[in-house]
This record gives sequence, C-alpha cells and structure tokens, in this order.
Amino acid sequence: MNEVFFNVDAGYLEGIVRGYRDGLITAPQYLNLTQCETMDDLKLQLATTDYASFLQNEPSPLATSTLSARCTEALVAEFQYMQQNAAEPISKFLDYITYGYMIDNVILLITGTLHERDTHDLLEKCHPLGFFDTMPALCVATTVQDLYSTVLVDSPLAGYFRECLSAEDLNELNIEIIRNTLYKAYLEDFYSYCQTLGEPTASVMAELLNFEADRRTVNITINSFGTELSKDERAKLYPRLGNMYPEAQTKLARVDDMDQVKAILEQYSEYKSMLIGVSMNVSSSSSGGNNAELSLEDRFFAREVQLNKDSFEQQFHFGVFYSWLRLKEQEIRNIVWIAECISQQQKDKINNYTAIY
Amino acid sequence: MSSLVSYARSAISTTALGLAAWAGLYLLLTGRGERFNVGGYLLRLSPHMWGLYGIAFCIGLSVIGAAWGIFISGSSILGGAVRTPRIATKNLISIIFCEVVAIYGVIMAIVFSAKIAAVSSEGGFSASDYYTGYALFWGGLAVGLANLICGVAVGITGSNAAVADAHDQQLFVKILVIEIFGSVIGLFGLIVGLLVTGKAEDFAGIV
Repeated sequence: MNEVFFNVDAGYLEGIVRGYRDGLITAPQYLNLTQCETMDDLKLQLATTDYASFLQNEPSPLATSTLSARCTEALVAEFQYMQQNAAEPISKFLDYITYGYMIDNVILLITGTLHERDTHDLLEKCHPLGFFDTMPALCVATTVQDLYSTVLVDSPLAGYFRECLSAEDLNELNIEIIRNTLYKAYLEDFYSYCQTLGEPTASVMAELLNFEADRRTVNITINSFGTELSKDERAKLYPRLGNMYPEAQTKLARVDDMDQVKAILEQYSEYKSMLIGVSMNVSSSSSGGNNAELSLEDRFFAREVQLNKDSFEQQFHFGVFYSWLRLKEQEIRNIVWIAECISQQQKDKINNYTAIY
Repeated sequence: MSSLVSYARSAISTTALGLAAWAGLYLLLTGRGERFNVGGYLLRLSPHMWGLYGIAFCIGLSVIGAAWGIFISGSSILGGAVRTPRIATKNLISIIFCEVVAIYGVIMAIVFSAKIAAVSSEGGFSASDYYTGYALFWGGLAVGLANLICGVAVGITGSNAAVADAHDQQLFVKILVIEIFGSVIGLFGLIVGLLVTGKAEDFAGIV
C-alpha cells in the first residue's frame, strides 16, 4: 500500500532527487576530467556539469580548497532546496541525515578549542549541513558537563550525548571516544527511526546503515591498535547493529593486529571479495594513496557507492535521499582528488578515484 | 493517552456487543426471533434505491481511481520534469490513461441511468424491478471497483514511467506497454458491467 500514499508527501521530492542523481558526473566526463592538464582546463570541463554556476565567478588560478568549498556549496544548495520543500516524514528523515554532520562539527569545535584555534576559523571549517544555532557557543566549554548543560541540551544531539557524560575531561582520547559514542547512538537511533517508516524504506535503509555500522566497527578496531584504549572500551564504541553484530564484533573487540581483522572479515561473503588485493599492512591513515594499491578505505568507499546505486533501483522509498547525498559526497571527493593530482603534477595516480556512473 | 484511547475503545465495543447480544437473546427467548429478518428487510427496500446506489458507486469510485492515479503520476512527472523538462509532454499520456478510467465510469453511469424512470407511489416492486435494481447495484459496484484499482495501477506505473523516462529515454516505451496492460483492467470491469445489466429490463415508470 506504500506506493498508493507515498506520492502524497514525497512524490515531487523523489522526482527532484532522481533528477539530481542524473546530474552526477558520468564515466566519460570523468575521463575528460582526468585528461586535463591545468586547473583552468578542469574548470572548463566542470562548466558542463551542475557545478557550473558555482564555479563561474571564481578568479582564474583556482585553488583546490576553493574548488572543494564551491562543490560543497552546490551540494548544500541542493540539499537545502529539498529540506525547504519537505513535508513531515521526509523533513524528519532529512534532519536525521544532518545529525551526522552536526556530530562532526561539535567534535571539530571541541578539538579546535582544545588546541586554542580561532573560533571564526573553526566555524568556517564546519560543514554547513551540520550547523545549529547554539554551535558557536561550543568554543567556551571546557568540561564535558559544561558542554552538555550550556550548549548541547538544546540541540538535537542532546539525546545522544547522555552516554558520554561519564567522561571526565576533554583530551584527545576522550574526544575521540565522545565522537564514536555519539555516532554510535546516532546510527542506532537513525536505524530504529527508519524501521518505523515501513517497507521498503526500512529494508533499503537497513542495508545502508548496516554497512555504515560495519565500516565504523572495522575503522574503530584498526584505529585503536597501539593506543591506550582498552579492549572493553573498544567494544563499547561499536554500534549495536550491522551485519557483524554481535558475533564478529565480540571477536573484533579482542584482536591485536590487521591479519586477525582480515581473518574475521573473510567470513562475510560481501567483505571477502572486497579484501582481495588489499594490502592490510598499510595503516588506514595513509589513505592518501602513497602506494598504487587501493587501501581498505577505498574499497569501503567503492562498496558504499555500489550500495547507494542499488537503492535507486526501487521507487517509493526515502533511501534515495540518503543515497544521493552519499554519492554526491563521493563525487566531490573524486573531483578534489583529481584536482589535487593535477595541481601537484601527480598524473600517474589520477585514476584512483571511485567512479560512480 | 494512548492507553486511555484503547481502554475507551474496548469499553465501547464490549458495551455494543453486550447490547446486541441482549437484544438478540431477548427476541429469541420471548419467541419473537422471526422479527430479526434480513431477507424481509432487503425486500422492503425499493429496487430504485439499489439502482441509484449502483450508479453512484460506478461514477464515484471511477472518479476516485482516476484522480488518485493522476495525482500519483502527476507529482512524479512534476518532480522529474524539473531537471528534464522534455518528459512533461511525453508523460501526459499517463495522465490521459488515468483520465480514460473516469470516462469509463461516466459512460457506464449514463448507460445505467437510462434504465431509471420515475416511480408511482405503489409501483416499483415487481420481480423485474428487483432484478434491475440488483443488476444495476452490483454492475455499478463492479465497474467502480475495477476502475478504482485500474486508476491506481496506471497511476503507479505512470509514476514509474516518468521517473524512468527522466533517467533514460529508451525506457519510456517499455514501461508504456506495461501501463497499457494496466489500463485494460478497467475495460474488463466495463464489459462485465454491460453484460450484467444487459438483460435487465428498464424500470416500469409511472403506470
């Protein structure tokens, strides 16, 4: 019966978001982008895409950071157009998507304050999708209690913050723990919200969020090697969902090196194929692509793109909004990657982007 | 709040059930059980009422189906046409397919209402009148329901067609074929409605 009532609130927006999807850069266009010799060439090529109107007024020596900022602006403009036109169930769904960015912004501000960076610089670096009213006040907070009672209690993140209040003070490790605890609470909440939306939104989003949870689980595991994070604490940071919950998670909580992670991942058919040819000795922080082989992170991106493309195969569900945003983000990462390769004269690595269509 | 609502609901339904059981048992145990007579009640209803109900269902449900279908495909065409304006004119055919469903309903309502005539104060209860009334009622309901479902089916397929056409032009004709099959469902209802009422005599009118 979903098909009969879906278009009442979401028909127009679904058409819009599918239009946006058709605006994503295709394989021939990527080929043209990678052929560019200078940044001006790149700008010329991008003039045939949706980014044209955001780039046309930029002065000619185009910096990669400006390119990235303009592309994000294009993404935000499209997302905000949808938010402005959204009625109840979708508007809440779109709000849920922005909570992830809010978490990143909060962490960025706390970390910046810890390192005594300038507030205005920090606010400029925040992702515009995760902006909320009381955010600039975050810079004055010095303890976790402060942070919660003065700022976050009025933001949508208040509910997620409850579990972090036990943390004593703000240092590097605690901030990382706060980030992951917040994100864990957010993922679980988003998942249970999607399950209330009924089929097929529930099943489509379940697949996407399960993947996201698995990726976070693996990343937390890999990043906690060689830190003072105890294994019990590590297990507490894993989101309680995903294909690897709970069996593989309890195993991952106990491992000490990459080979063991690989052995656990290989039990899952969808991740086994992903691992072929991945050099597991590279720590995930070197995703800058210093070697020709693709890192595990790139494989995760490729798999994410595949899953997000699949969600467009069905009509009448909300997953397309989430998927479009993820694909667009990946596209911006690709453009920035290509631009970096061009500006740094590293043409041999230019093809290491994750193609979408 | 919700527990209060569910409590009130169960209280009302239990009371209603109790009253009905009491009334039924009262009639039965006092030897007047035959007063509960469904058949007699139906026979006392004027066949004209059945006929007019049938016509109302026929046109009403058909129009609901058509409007619903137009709305489902229309909103998708609207959204899809923002990026690819070319789909707007082409996908008008989905709207027309939905509209056809309403036209079926109108045609059938006109055919049915040709059998209606004004009735004298004591007439209108002959065996032929009963048959005409029932035939119009069930024929009209069949046409109406068939058109309602047909309209929704064509609407959903039309929405698919719009979205697919916006993405890839070649898909339009393929989905249009499916849409045509969907719109034939309404035609089945139309044929059955005509056959059911075909044998019914006109109402006698003022004698």
